[in-house]
Amino acid sequence: MDTSIRVLVVDDFATMRRILKNILKQLDFKNLVEADDGTTAWDVLEDQSIDLIISDWNMPKMSGIDLLKKVRASDKYKKTPFLMVTAEAQKQNVIEAVQAGVSNYVVKPFTAEAIFEKLDKILK
Amino acid sequence: MDVKLINPFINATINVLETMAFINVNAGTPYLKKENVAVGDVTGVLGLTGVANGTISVTFEEKCILTIVSNMLGETVKEINYEIADAVGELTNMISGQARRELGEMGKVFKAAIPSVIAGKNHSIIHYTTGPKIAIPFGTENGNFTIEVCFER
Repeated sequence: MDTSIRVLVVDDFATMRRILKNILKQLDFKNLVEADDGTTAWDVLEDQSIDLIISDWNMPKMSGIDLLKKVRASDKYKKTPFLMVTAEAQKQNVIEAVQAGVSNYVVKPFTAEAIFEKLDKILK
Repeated sequence: MDVKLINPFINATINVLETMAFINVNAGTPYLKKENVAVGDVTGVLGLTGVANGTISVTFEEKCILTIVSNMLGETVKEINYEIADAVGELTNMISGQARRELGEMGKVFKAAIPSVIAGKNHSIIHYTTGPKIAIPFGTENGNFTIEVCFER
């Protein structure tokens, strides 16, 4: 896994962003950026060059699923790995995310191992 | 209220706290709660819609939530502050998500709003639905917390 890549962590809860960043640091990722909802995330994506997006689903202003659709519709990020990390655990949510082009999906609560496993799959 | 609607919240709570905060919790006996005063110091509350409308809340005693959040973040948090409030919101979100997954498997599909958090001694929680308010007490080594579930009749 290339851990020098720039990772954008998107969640409206600061606690969750911290937990995810702690896990990513344990995995030796150092280039981490964060956003507190889809709109702020899109601003970051336009301003910077992001290699991996990890996003929650339910957020104010722009949800993770809408961010995903916007990302997949853009030339710059249509193939960028996108990991949804969310409390939305029902089958229809997963189906919707897959149809929108998500790379992988983690349901909260999660272990560090679960994040590692999913990242390992999508970054190969 | 159908007791089958309660178990998903118990199972979700145990799963969330064991996984994210590495603590064991013991569920007590659910009871009908009449008063609005919260059984603790900080509460996350969110609305549910779908097959029925309702609200759930999760209220933590101070010592309990400080331990939980310290475990989640890997560093000691000593007082109820914005960090704690944020964490309570996320915990409420996760418990709701897991419970809704199990309820969904029972054919009862719900959507959830983004949680709100209230903090302070003797704060009140007012569930704006007509149904009975079921309280589920939980114990941990470092204090207690209570889930309240209220669905319209």
